Amino acid sequence: MKPLLLSHFTVTSAIGRGVQQTLASMREQRSGLTPCNFDTVDLPTFIGEVPAVDKTNMLAGLEAFDCRNNRLAQLGLEQDGFAEAVKAAVAKYGASRIGVFMGTSTSGILQTELAYRRLDPITGALPPDFVYDKTQNTFSVADFTRQYFGLKGPAVAISSACSSSAKVFGSARRMIETGLIDAAVVGGVDTLCLTTLYGFNSLGLLSKQVCRPFDSGRDGISVGEAAAFALLERVPDSLENDAVLLLGIGESSDAYHMSSPHPEGLGAKMAMEGALKMAGLEAADIDYINLHGTATQSNDTAESKAVQAVFGSNTPCSSTKGATGHTLGAAGGVEAVISALALQHDLMPAGLNTRGLDPALGLNYLLENREQKVSRVLSNSFGFGGTNCSLVFGRAN
Amino acid sequence: MSESGMNNSNPVTLSAYIEGIGLLGPSFNDWPSSQLLLTGKQPYEPSKTVLPPPMLLPAPERRRSGDIIKLSLAIMLEAINAAQLDAASLPSVFTLSNGDGYNCHAINEMLASDDRQISPTRFHNSVHNAASGYCSIATGAMTPSSVLCAHDASFGAGLLEAMSQVSIDQTRCVLVAADTNYPEPMYSVRKIYDSLGIALVLAPEPSPQTLAKITLSITDAIADQLPDTTLEAIRLAIPAARGLPLLAAIAMGKPTSVVLDYLDDSRLALKVEPTESQIC
Repeated sequence: MKPLLLSHFTVTSAIGRGVQQTLASMREQRSGLTPCNFDTVDLPTFIGEVPAVDKTNMLAGLEAFDCRNNRLAQLGLEQDGFAEAVKAAVAKYGASRIGVFMGTSTSGILQTELAYRRLDPITGALPPDFVYDKTQNTFSVADFTRQYFGLKGPAVAISSACSSSAKVFGSARRMIETGLIDAAVVGGVDTLCLTTLYGFNSLGLLSKQVCRPFDSGRDGISVGEAAAFALLERVPDSLENDAVLLLGIGESSDAYHMSSPHPEGLGAKMAMEGALKMAGLEAADIDYINLHGTATQSNDTAESKAVQAVFGSNTPCSSTKGATGHTLGAAGGVEAVISALALQHDLMPAGLNTRGLDPALGLNYLLENREQKVSRVLSNSFGFGGTNCSLVFGRAN
Repeated sequence: MSESGMNNSNPVTLSAYIEGIGLLGPSFNDWPSSQLLLTGKQPYEPSKTVLPPPMLLPAPERRRSGDIIKLSLAIMLEAINAAQLDAASLPSVFTLSNGDGYNCHAINEMLASDDRQISPTRFHNSVHNAASGYCSIATGAMTPSSVLCAHDASFGAGLLEAMSQVSIDQTRCVLVAADTNYPEPMYSVRKIYDSLGIALVLAPEPSPQTLAKITLSITDAIADQLPDTTLEAIRLAIPAARGLPLLAAIAMGKPTSVVLDYLDDSRLALKVEPTESQIC
């Protein structure tokens, strides 16, 4: 592929609002996970909640989109000058030449969960203030993002569970290469809701402690929420040294099971190999791997087998879900931005909460931050239904 | 509508060759028998969509599969079989405006009750990519699968994604656009009353299986309607049915142009060139 420039990016999660706070949390090895007190949830678990999401008022004219997911989307868009960067791109390219590709798994389902508590006791009807298409529908966050900027190019939500906001890069890349658009707003937004908390609990995949990726005692995920955005453009003639480029994307399916990964990590291996091939790189060219690393027994085992098959056991790697929680459909976007920060600041972040590495996993898993030159990063995102996506990012110099 | 009448706001075009079609919907039982209905050669009389059991799925998955999975798998296999291809070899694009409405309703009802212990099957069927996941298990396809939603614009979004893949990655792919109905109370805010799905196998080059060449551009012209009022009502009610004017154009068997619905401020202009052998 022709590399693409991440000309601007931002992330808001439990470890910070915007990249400066996120970077500071990473440097301090601070986790954002706290005991769950979300809504009426009565599960003994930890969550990665973004503070004050519900204090965000929707922009005038966009009130119909009001729900926790779009509130977090708006909060995220307004960090790091991202909104101004998109507006500058509109002035440069025109509103119809910018596409929107947003990943989400649950969109505004919380709004529907809340509405079902208020069904009319006689008729069973939904409350009249419930707006399905602008809140619950999976497209909602992409529609919101498009309308926030007045964009008129192609727009779509990508919803392949936890690979969603990694796969947005693939769709945006193809659409830019067709020439239909010049730039793309990509990203992912997912917010806390009862469906995922009770759903993962029913599968026995929710940890009662803070999640401990790659630990011998790992026993499940901590659910988090986040908004991550990037502006993708063609690479201009001259670049800053610390500019971050998207170099390769690999996608695959496990064809194995709806909620368990292929036990040998075969689909994950195919995704990583595909990303390296598209980037024209060898495994040895990757300095750091941001693992999917959910902290379930089976996911971490399958991923370690796949990473070993492609990279061997020496490449430094970690999962940042011990800090942010598993932000589901936003995870790929969050970890793309963390990868970009790793490249710009030569920082390989430690995996948090991991007290005793599982020796059976056999990877060079970082328990402390490592500061050294980082030129290329691979980021993994694997989801329910066996959907896999790996991204390769690199520094321009 | 003639091509010269289109106000092309974006001059870039994408081309692909359609090698197989799958169709299920109200009174649409498969692509061959549906062509007479779409061309008006046989009167359209609505009857409820009949979904076949997903025999290709292993028994545990078959038991767990809802309508969106049965519909997606049936139309995908019809299109791939017509194209005489191996399903395991094809990348896929799934575009669904809703997902499984009954499953969604059941989860919301439980979460609003005192017993919130939703079942694992309900939860994994709630993801938007459930149809993609089950279909990959059924066919053994380890190929990439894009899973999209664009509300009422979902058919157009899927066609754009699939044609981007065909053009840029120079690969065949199968597009699966499918929607199923919602029960009350969701039906009152999303009036999809029956299932309908369209699948297309798209290829970058012509082959003996080619049914038609299509060339796509983005336009601000208005979307074409279907001449039959009942069919037009289906086109408007079920998002996947926004692709029916393309199928009608192919069924007509002669070169034409058609404008498909997409987003509020843009539509998809398609030049449709059926191959000689398809002219009936």
